[in-house]
Amino acid sequence: MSVLKVNDLRVHFRASAGMVKAVDGVAFEIEKGECLGLVGESGSGKTLTALSIMKLIPENAKIAAGEILFHDINLLALPNDHMRGIRGSKIALVFQESGVSLDPVFTIGHQMTEALFTHRRLVNRKEAKEIALEYLNRVHIPDPLKTFYDYPHQLSGGAKQRVGIAISLLNSPELLILDEPTTALDVTIQAQILDLLDEIIERHDISVLFISHDFGIIARMADRVAVMRNGKIVEMGMKNEILSNPKDPYTVNLLESVKALSWR
Amino acid sequence: MAIVECRDIIKYFSVQRGYLKKGAGVVKALDGVSLEIEEGETFGLVGESGCGKTTLGKILLGIISPDSGEVLLKTKEKQAIFQDPYSSLDPKMKVRDIISEGLILKKGSKTRLLERIEKVLDVVRLPKGSLNKYPHQFSGGERQRIAIARAVVTEPEFIVCDEPVSNLDVTIQLQILKLLKEIQEKFRITYLFISHDLRVIKFMCDRVAVMKDGKIVENRGSKEIFTGPVHPYTKLLLSSIPRIF
Repeated sequence: MSVLKVNDLRVHFRASAGMVKAVDGVAFEIEKGECLGLVGESGSGKTLTALSIMKLIPENAKIAAGEILFHDINLLALPNDHMRGIRGSKIALVFQESGVSLDPVFTIGHQMTEALFTHRRLVNRKEAKEIALEYLNRVHIPDPLKTFYDYPHQLSGGAKQRVGIAISLLNSPELLILDEPTTALDVTIQAQILDLLDEIIERHDISVLFISHDFGIIARMADRVAVMRNGKIVEMGMKNEILSNPKDPYTVNLLESVKALSWR
Repeated sequence: MAIVECRDIIKYFSVQRGYLKKGAGVVKALDGVSLEIEEGETFGLVGESGCGKTTLGKILLGIISPDSGEVLLKTKEKQAIFQDPYSSLDPKMKVRDIISEGLILKKGSKTRLLERIEKVLDVVRLPKGSLNKYPHQFSGGERQRIAIARAVVTEPEFIVCDEPVSNLDVTIQLQILKLLKEIQEKFRITYLFISHDLRVIKFMCDRVAVMKDGKIVENRGSKEIFTGPVHPYTKLLLSSIPRIF
């Protein structure tokens, strides 16, 4: 059974020049333990699709139609306080730059335990700290205790992204949405974070929606691939099928560009 | 023949902390860098953020001066193309003025101004109607074409391209890189091509220098670097790229 099922999702933006159909009839499913890669160029609607699942779309956007079924619950029909119980706990999101999503005035430890107090209703500070340290360890932060008391600006970009991933895992989510999780990083750090994500996906048997503009990363991480353009999924299928035998002209063009800029 | 040469370039930046601006140490942005760029070639400078690539580019252009070492430039006609076409183009200027500014500043080249601007617009394949528009009316790729036109119109012999396609989608990247190659052939321009992306470097460059922590760790022909990297850092960089083909 699928963990997530999106049906005919349409998200519209109010703009000065009229209405922009940023997501225009998107449909996909993610099975348990599966990683679906969503690839497309900037402005294709990838991030907005992710934000719709979390019900965190910008104020000037509107979900015009569609269903987002998490197991059998339609998230779009869910009242806000119920959604708050799912967001960050059953479904977690890791952004491109965890440095921006972390609060600069609180320590890493504070922000991690806060997530635990909110969702697990823990009251014991000592227990919360132990869980936080355990997760910092899981994402291979070299000195978890020091990092626990650090502020975000004291960490490198790679370490911040590790913390972002640790926070997303704290409440054992069933679905992890990774929105360009390595795009802001240098290639050597990117390779380390991708290794870490491999390990985590394996260990937690988690379902993943992996969003990237980089076909190389998608090819490495995903089981199935959906190619997005202008708010629509133009092609979707098993990774090897799409890479070896793309059908949509846009996918063909995209893969040709990737190929021309490949270093082998 | 080398058109650009630098020897033992050292540039340190001091780091200050707090509002009393106490010196808190130095960052060795460039720590003894030497290189030669041959006429007509594309010389690649690759490395991760903070390794000193951009500082070196600026020193070769004379925008900042090194603490020590020497720079020899055999031409005065130099230009730059930067990463972010959103901030490198003045939002209040029309494309016509952006492109012509360099020509007007250059003595003795005010003749046939419009003709030259239209010609260069043709080279970068932007429609004539672009002249009276503002930068925000263009896409990222088109803006980078404007930046290229602005650089090329003064007929430079040496252009520093600092991450010129890093902000663009891969299909657009390819278009812009092909355009840069075409312009190089047409006008015999020498490029210093700075990028963090080895794929782009491989597509563009004849020779490549790999930088790390203000030093060049490997400096060889592009083919040699990509088929048989020697330095462990170059090997690490190459093995880090996720690839499908």
